[in-house]
Amino acid sequence: MNEKELHNLKTAATKIRRNIIVSVSAAKCGHPGGSLSIADIVAYLYFKEMNVSPEKKDDPGRDRFVLSKGHCAPALYGALAERGFFPKEDLLTLRRWDSYLEGHPSAKTVPGVDISTGSLGQGISNAVGIAIAGKLDKKDYRVYSILGDGECEEGEVWEAAMCAAHYKLDNLCAFVDVNGLQIDGPTEEVMNPNPIGDKFRAFGWHVEEIDGHDFNEIEAAVKKAKTVKGQPTAIIARTVKGKGVSFMENKASWHGVAPNAEQTAEALKEIDAYAAALETEGRGV
Amino acid sequence: MGKTATRDAYGKALAEFGKDERIVVLDADLSKSTKTAVFKDAWPDRHFNMGIAEGNMMAVAAGLASTGKIVFASSFAVFATSRAYEQIRNSICYPNANVKICATHSGITVGEDGASHQSIEDISIMRTLPNMTVLCPSDGYETKFCVKTALETDGPVYLRLGRLAVEDFYDENTVFEKGKGKVVRDYGNDAVIFATGYMVQQSAAAADILLGEGIGVKVVDIFSIKPIDKEIIVKNAEKTNFVVTCEEHSIIGGLGSAVCEVLSEERPTKVLRIGMNDTFGKSGTPDALLKLFGLDGSSVAEKIRKALK
Repeated sequence: MNEKELHNLKTAATKIRRNIIVSVSAAKCGHPGGSLSIADIVAYLYFKEMNVSPEKKDDPGRDRFVLSKGHCAPALYGALAERGFFPKEDLLTLRRWDSYLEGHPSAKTVPGVDISTGSLGQGISNAVGIAIAGKLDKKDYRVYSILGDGECEEGEVWEAAMCAAHYKLDNLCAFVDVNGLQIDGPTEEVMNPNPIGDKFRAFGWHVEEIDGHDFNEIEAAVKKAKTVKGQPTAIIARTVKGKGVSFMENKASWHGVAPNAEQTAEALKEIDAYAAALETEGRGV
Repeated sequence: MGKTATRDAYGKALAEFGKDERIVVLDADLSKSTKTAVFKDAWPDRHFNMGIAEGNMMAVAAGLASTGKIVFASSFAVFATSRAYEQIRNSICYPNANVKICATHSGITVGEDGASHQSIEDISIMRTLPNMTVLCPSDGYETKFCVKTALETDGPVYLRLGRLAVEDFYDENTVFEKGKGKVVRDYGNDAVIFATGYMVQQSAAAADILLGEGIGVKVVDIFSIKPIDKEIIVKNAEKTNFVVTCEEHSIIGGLGSAVCEVLSEERPTKVLRIGMNDTFGKSGTPDALLKLFGLDGSSVAEKIRKALK
């Protein structure tokens, strides 16, 4: 990845983070912590990797994305808005009764959402179904999904993992956002799902373990996944819950709480300062 | 009169309609019992065994459907509905995914496997889901019509099928209408029985018995439980003196409840609900169990005879 590409991805991720804070704040509820932890992965997929665009949102050959940790819809919506799937100002209507931006991703109402998710464990199974269809139809689209580490406590994740390996779905690539926290506290205290990479390996997946905020590592893992034949790939991404907003970082309490006006201003100040620094840096790129 | 299990008719119909390449079939390690194996023999590339993992199967079905496939997912009714309920709710019904849940081994006529395998609440939990169509055919011919209806319905369908070989009640010339009840006995206005599934045959037998005693009973096959034919229910409740429902299912939440919902809003009427009386089944031969739980023709006749006294 050259410097310009890296800079563009950082800029995109920062915009997504800003959208997360703005939309969750406007809704006065939602899930900022886990949305911020996946912002870089979502930015990479929507601004570099996936063959998707508003013009071909129904193209049968497009890549697919399934947000298995559906409560992090603000990150997905934030990316879709930046990619022009719907007007950015609509993000301010998140979770409202008169909005199409459902609290959890809704394929029926939100342009660019491939599948409705929200109930943990089901998204990865949905992704398996789309990947089977890709094989059946001999289409070369790829299916990406993001799961939470807490989500891996759901038994269905492992039913899906078994099934994906059984059908040799090398067109499927699932990220696990390992931010180490779930609503009730650290995953290791609530119900330890670790070691997640070893579990996927045991289920027959190819596994990459990366820093989920390092675009070079994200890219290397995604590129590697494309070369693996006969196996799905799990990218175990170590992340920081609340990443990019200092007072939210590594705090389980920011899992499902919206910032108040003061906190929103503080969060945006930090994000905007980072964006400004990026812009300055960008002039040199 | 021949005998056919509705599950056999399902497998055969599925294989026949399988030339439509949009059809994909999933099963959870029961394909020889659910008869999706018949489809597999004809169209091996479009049959996927999901193993003993029903929750994953339903959500995989939704993923397949999102790409334009028409997905038939089969297992025993207990596991297809109760175990995978939340996947059916969130992955299939909420996005209105084009998935047909075709569940065999419903009701007590599963027989010897016993209560753990006898689904008596599936109609109830499936019909409560928005976007879901619920069909419960009584014989092989009606099953084929229901499979065709499922195929032509854009959205989720629950098709309730049985294990037991039952009398062919209709024939290849019988005309069924989507969403419409079908009058199968019309002996008079002393009582009307709204029945579904194998209880259509048993209710007809009851009507035949009562006819010999001078009691005129009408029997209506309600194979489409959702949507339900309100018109035929209200019309016959008005004409007859006594309304009965009959199902191989709990009297709570199933056909009996559905009929009561219609009548309480449209024409308040006293209703006798015949079915499983808030109890689990048990092991036994299908005939012994029908008798034990009062669901065979002579027991149904006796209940009506008593009520009319």
